[in-house]
Amino acid sequence: MAFAHLLEVDDIHSHLTVKDGTVSAVNGVSFTVDAGETLGIVGESGSGKSMTALSIMRLLPRSGSIVRGKVTFKGRVLTELSEEEMESIRGTEIAMIFQDPMTSLNPVYRTGWQVGEPLRIHRHVDTRTSIKAAVDLFKKVGIPDASKRVGEFPHMFSGGMRQRAMIAMGLSTSPSLLIADEPTTALDVTIQAQILELLRTLNRDYGTATILITHNLGVVAGMCDRVIVMYAGRVVEQGRTEDVFARPEHPYTWSLLRSIPRLDADEHEPLKPIDGSPPDMIRLPTGCKFTPRCPFAIARCAKEEPELLAVRDQLSRCWVTQGGVTLDGADLG
Amino acid sequence: MSNAPAIVAAQEPIRRTPVALLELMRGHRRVMASFVLVALLFLVAILSPVISPHDPLGVSPDNSYLPPLTPGHVLGTDELGRDLLSRILWGSRVSLPVAFVAVAVGLFGGGLIGLVSGYAGGIADLLLMRLVDALLAFPGLILAIAVVAALGPGLRNAMIAIGIVAVPVYARLVRAVVLQLKQMEFIVATRSLGATPLRLVLRHLIPNLLNPIIVQVSLSAGFAILAEATLSFLGLGAQLPTPDWGQMINSGASFLNNDPWLAIVPGAAISITVYSFNLLGDSLRDALDPRLRS
Amino acid sequence: MTAYVLRRLLLMLPVAFLVTVGVFLLIHLSPGDPALIILGEDRSPQAIAQIHQELGLDKPLYVQYVIWLGHIGHGDWGRSITTHQPVATAITERLPATFELGLTALLWSLLVAIPLGTIAAVRRGSVADQVATGITVAGVSIPNFFIGIVLIFLLSVSLRMFPFGGYVPFLQDPLESLRHVALPAIALGTAGAAINMRFTRSSMIEVLNHDYIRTARAKGASWRRVVFVHALKNALIPVVTIIGLQIGGIIEGAVVTETVFTWPGVGRLAVESIFNRDYTVVQGIVLLAAFSYMVANLLVDLAYAWLDPRISYA
Repeated sequence: MAFAHLLEVDDIHSHLTVKDGTVSAVNGVSFTVDAGETLGIVGESGSGKSMTALSIMRLLPRSGSIVRGKVTFKGRVLTELSEEEMESIRGTEIAMIFQDPMTSLNPVYRTGWQVGEPLRIHRHVDTRTSIKAAVDLFKKVGIPDASKRVGEFPHMFSGGMRQRAMIAMGLSTSPSLLIADEPTTALDVTIQAQILELLRTLNRDYGTATILITHNLGVVAGMCDRVIVMYAGRVVEQGRTEDVFARPEHPYTWSLLRSIPRLDADEHEPLKPIDGSPPDMIRLPTGCKFTPRCPFAIARCAKEEPELLAVRDQLSRCWVTQGGVTLDGADLG
Repeated sequence: MSNAPAIVAAQEPIRRTPVALLELMRGHRRVMASFVLVALLFLVAILSPVISPHDPLGVSPDNSYLPPLTPGHVLGTDELGRDLLSRILWGSRVSLPVAFVAVAVGLFGGGLIGLVSGYAGGIADLLLMRLVDALLAFPGLILAIAVVAALGPGLRNAMIAIGIVAVPVYARLVRAVVLQLKQMEFIVATRSLGATPLRLVLRHLIPNLLNPIIVQVSLSAGFAILAEATLSFLGLGAQLPTPDWGQMINSGASFLNNDPWLAIVPGAAISITVYSFNLLGDSLRDALDPRLRS
Repeated sequence: MTAYVLRRLLLMLPVAFLVTVGVFLLIHLSPGDPALIILGEDRSPQAIAQIHQELGLDKPLYVQYVIWLGHIGHGDWGRSITTHQPVATAITERLPATFELGLTALLWSLLVAIPLGTIAAVRRGSVADQVATGITVAGVSIPNFFIGIVLIFLLSVSLRMFPFGGYVPFLQDPLESLRHVALPAIALGTAGAAINMRFTRSSMIEVLNHDYIRTARAKGASWRRVVFVHALKNALIPVVTIIGLQIGGIIEGAVVTETVFTWPGVGRLAVESIFNRDYTVVQGIVLLAAFSYMVANLLVDLAYAWLDPRISYA
């Protein structure tokens, strides 16, 4: 590949206009994705992870806009493309699937018609060919009885089958990057595992780079090479998945990890929910945004906001760990 | 409107007092503008005996067909030499009261049906709602014409006819609110504490109904004025020589070739009046709709 | 689907019953004795009694109703009191003119409403949207007979672009027919255009907020494709309701417009008959108007179920 990275997100700032003012939903986010790689973006709802994805796709809602920063994909600066040029990238080079498969498919068109649509838009094939292609795609993503089901409407599909159809739609043009925004959140647990397995297989078999957005660290552990943790529109920690999981260098990651139930945990060690509530995006605190909920906070945290800097093997936005202190929950109980 | 009250926490026996008019007008310029327009119309109706330059019925054959902007007759005169401006001003004293009475007929008739239907439920509800369905099965103007045909042409019968057309809207509106209230916990609670039905109606039902009713009244006032003008235009409403706008268009239409203003001026009067009421209803609905307010 | 249709038909029965009772009573509530209208000045008690007997007016009211309903069911809608023509014939003779006017008006209203409503929705909040919204409120506020009169004055009397009045059957001379129907259709269709535009706009705004619109965008569909392929089909489902009701309400709309343009349709017949106190004709037209409206309501519900694959017929 002639480019250093497949995707390069550089200091993106995106604003959303809401009733009470302007929210800085994405605030200086930077990361890269390499070909064939799987990157996880983790955070609570409202942390800006979906907005980051929509900024890459340039599909922010009407009230939103990218105010600063640059997104480069295969050497092309997406943030400078015209709307028409962007349309030629969406659905061909970069595909995106969404959280709620129940509402993400158009209720009045047959699923096969919808799954084959990217081929009609970008490859200019006729409807028959595109629906034939949809049958193959349905088989690929494990929808049984494919030739019959392409003729059915979305409401006749279960949630899991709809998400499979969405994935089939995303894969129809063999994109180099797939953005999956909480693809399993709306599904039953058993179906979640199947969909994740499907994504993993596709990533392995076709080499499609994947950005997996989730609030579930467990999903990241099984799927992703690298992980980004977001809080209040900022990246607070970034690194290889195994490093971040083995030794989180940001108190927010540390708290998230302690809040997942683990099978191997000491049964006397209680689950620790994160204290406090998610930040009010309109009235963010000065300094580090996590300070009010942070068990490790020091005086400096409330005054100055730290940079995202290297701490051991990963990047962290924390005065405490940047100062050399190890996050260790033992004495905090 | 339909799902809003359900969101209200049950332990909170809020009486949804209508949002203060002044506050509404400050926040919504369309409400303000349309309210001013409607207020002006009422002012004109009240003051028309004082501000009219001539007797609206004063026939003066020597002055017939005077064009607009003639000194002494700003809007000109009709085929009998009657001053058009005076007739237009006095016409508001026909249109507005007709609308008022017709809406009152619809509101009280429909309100009563809706109240009984929603409160009693069961067989009474079933029968009353079929009656409402049957009224709705007639297109509005056809129903009004049928009623006028049965009762005989005339302003009074036109009012009744237009009122009957408005009955189903209010019946359904009131019934829906009553049904919603019946399911809310605080109503169940106050009833178990021994509150009388009358008290329930006064304390809880009416305040909850005020906002949707205000919107509906503005809209049906617009409809009523339009319907009255239509019936009078057809000759089924106001009779000669009453200075009525619809009736004036009817007679003015005969003189389109040479004196088009005889039809155009009253047409403009109707349009402006109906527009004011529709704008008021429309902007109030937008302003009061909880889904749009956020 | 069959079960759904049957259930809807069953629900219609009590309403249809009440409607016929209402229309039947219309003639009995009306002032004046039909016998007096028929006989004119020449009236003797015997003659009146004879007419009463001929018309069945001497029987109890409910018996009269049952007899009347039987006749209606068999297509015997009575005879005009003034012309003695069968009412059914008098109405059917006039229906083609009314349909041509009503359908042209509907077509005109949709041609205006759907594109403008869509544009207003896509650019909501813009100046164009606000102007469009202002025009919609105006469109339903201006009486259609007044629009007709202004059109006559401007385009017929002043500019002589269109003929005034006069109906030419479409099959006889399509072009001439359209020239004659243009003005009344525009006058009649304007209020409908305003309503349809408003409906299209709000329906479109709602649809554009759905997730599947974002999905379509994410596929690389252009805005034009998103709006006209993905959104419009969804947005038009509720609009179909309104269109169906407008088709059902053609007779209603025709009453005034036909009077203004001296258009020889059912609506004008209704007004003439009221003045002639020809109650059997009025009765027939009111019944026809109510029934076509009810049937339109039914068809709209069925069309809805057919258009929206999510609605089950259960």
